[in-house]
Amino acid sequence: MRALQFDPVTLPPEAEEMRRRVRAFLAAERTAGRLVAYRGSWSVFDPDFSQRAGAAGFIGLTLPREYGGHGQSSLVRYVVTEEMLAAGAPCGAHWVADRQSAPQILRYGSERAKREILPRICAGRCYFAIGMSEPDSGSDLAAVRTRAVRTRGGWLINGSKIWTSRAHQVHYLIALVRTGEAGEDRHGGLTQFIIDLSRPGVQIRPIRNIAGRHEFNEVFFTDYFVEDDMMVGKEGQGWSMVTSELSFERSGPDRFLSDYHLLVALIDKVGSMPDRRSAIEIGRLVSHLAALRRMSISIAGLVEKGKMPGVEAALVKDVGTTFEREIPEVARRVITTEPSLEEDDVFVKSLAHVVLEAPSFTIRGGTREILRGMIARALGLR
Amino acid sequence: MSGSSDILSILLEQVDRLLTQHATKEVLAEAEHGTWPATLWNALAEAGLSLAMVPEEQGGSGLPPADAMLLLRRVGYHCTPAPLAETMLAAYLWAKAGGKPSVEPLSLAPTNVEEQIRLLHTAHGASLAGQARRVPWGRDVSKLIVFARDEQNRSYLVCASHPLGEGPFHRNLAFEPRPTISFDGITVAEAEILPAPSICINGVLELGALLRSQQMVGAMERCLDYALTYANERKQFGRPIAKFQAVQHMLAVAAGQYAAATAAADLAAQAVGSQQFGFAVAVAKARVGEAAGVVAEVAHQVHGAMGFTQEHPLHFATRRLWSWRDEFGHEAYWQERIGRIACKTGGANLWPMLVDAQR
Repeated sequence: MRALQFDPVTLPPEAEEMRRRVRAFLAAERTAGRLVAYRGSWSVFDPDFSQRAGAAGFIGLTLPREYGGHGQSSLVRYVVTEEMLAAGAPCGAHWVADRQSAPQILRYGSERAKREILPRICAGRCYFAIGMSEPDSGSDLAAVRTRAVRTRGGWLINGSKIWTSRAHQVHYLIALVRTGEAGEDRHGGLTQFIIDLSRPGVQIRPIRNIAGRHEFNEVFFTDYFVEDDMMVGKEGQGWSMVTSELSFERSGPDRFLSDYHLLVALIDKVGSMPDRRSAIEIGRLVSHLAALRRMSISIAGLVEKGKMPGVEAALVKDVGTTFEREIPEVARRVITTEPSLEEDDVFVKSLAHVVLEAPSFTIRGGTREILRGMIARALGLR
Repeated sequence: MSGSSDILSILLEQVDRLLTQHATKEVLAEAEHGTWPATLWNALAEAGLSLAMVPEEQGGSGLPPADAMLLLRRVGYHCTPAPLAETMLAAYLWAKAGGKPSVEPLSLAPTNVEEQIRLLHTAHGASLAGQARRVPWGRDVSKLIVFARDEQNRSYLVCASHPLGEGPFHRNLAFEPRPTISFDGITVAEAEILPAPSICINGVLELGALLRSQQMVGAMERCLDYALTYANERKQFGRPIAKFQAVQHMLAVAAGQYAAATAAADLAAQAVGSQQFGFAVAVAKARVGEAAGVVAEVAHQVHGAMGFTQEHPLHFATRRLWSWRDEFGHEAYWQERIGRIACKTGGANLWPMLVDAQR
């Protein structure tokens, strides 16, 4: 059982200095009434906030300065991320770009892509969606059918992507498409491209979620032309790049803080003198949170060392999203109420939102079943 | 975990070797029938483990608490049927109080929240009053380091030697001795009474919870090792049961619980002696205890009927988990503590408090 060990990591002084800066920024946002207490931080799409955060230097922290970034460590970025999430800052607009698109473009993108896109991401003005899933390719990502065919100066893409969060609001998506044969391991012939959603050949169809919200979409490509230098990485490298991208996507504190605001609201609802049962329920959640935070910092430490902690990230996401799904259930046990989106009370309103969002926690970014399969492989069971 | 990580890993390997040699299935089984594992204990003592946490200038190895806690995970892993964890802590505390530690096996009392031992000063000298239930290895050790308060409510450590008053004899679910010890009328020499060091100014409950958290992490690792091995060996329907998704997912869940428990135990191990220790150890005991239940359940489920027999050694680890999670405060006790702190802190300040507690 020596697999999957999470070495303790101590946050360096510059990370704690950054914490002071980001807290000061967030305090001003709170005073100005710009934080939404009843919604999860990264589910709220607010370009104005993203631009202020970008201007204050809180986006693209690990990117080099020459591309508009701040040349900071993954641990510094970790601190900014967790403080934003814990404060309920509306980070939804820049979240995907900052978390996974920018690091991918920096690592594998062309010079043109880096020059054109990264500075705008860092400024909080350029947003991304994820183009992995397709109607017949969800958990089985290798079954991707959207195809890119060579043409003069680039590629023509035909096919569709689905569950594309914010496709109707963002500027780009990175699409995983088929450019060749899959081969025996099914992982060959896949390539990633940066798709400019404002160009011809893209159609976006809204899909409403169970709460009636329009957040995700189906995106259709009809002879969409993409230049060679908007390819990310090399032809046929798509699978390994998606794998590394998913490590970024799965490893962060957004995988256990999605509904932290509900825990906050619950504690305030219960008040400073809880009865024994309420104290036990809340204390249990806090004990889980403290352990998860340590594990997540440990992963940030691995990323900082240049490692790609795919399995560790899967494990933290599994444990973290299980925790997220428990919060509303515990809240219901402790406080008697009937949740409603129309309610003014912050706790009741938060509970309503979270109950309706919770099923997505253990699906998006890799279902818990896929994650457990990955963990099982690392344990030597597959 | 520490700067001297090479030396530490050599030490941990030594401990593993020593326990593999001496904490055999036979020794474990005999200990459960009341046989003191003398050979095992002597080997541990000769290796200097009983005084591992005592400073070098006081005759120990001066192992930092965080490193010593890693050592205790190995002790838990091997289901060591002897009070090494208790001895290490008792010797550490006694040395910290200014006492001269010996290599004899030691234990601690009282281990329950609600019990208090009084230290009485009379014309005839000092004596103790009160009883402690479920004292780990209470009759097997030669001395107990007793936390006691005097009439002015000042805190002391008292080194009490047998013979002491005997109450009911219980064992925990792993058949580790947990007798009741009565201190009523036990006289103690002044030299055996020292003011309690700040680290245990309110008793030994928190430090005991720290020990059990670390031991449980080790025992959970053992359960998972057994379960992973068995899942790959045991064939049903023509293939190893490891190939069944239902089995894979159970073990993945258990691995997640183990990882979270390890993180919580690390938190407490690194906080020993700091302001944050009270919160950290509450998190550790609550989180590790919860994980222990899941890991034990999954390990048994994977082993089927085979793991339910005395023949298979799994039960040495799982019965310890079921015992240790309730010793020095069960999950609900520590969760309540954490919950009260969180509620007192309030929603807005919970995050800064959590961050500070983990520095």
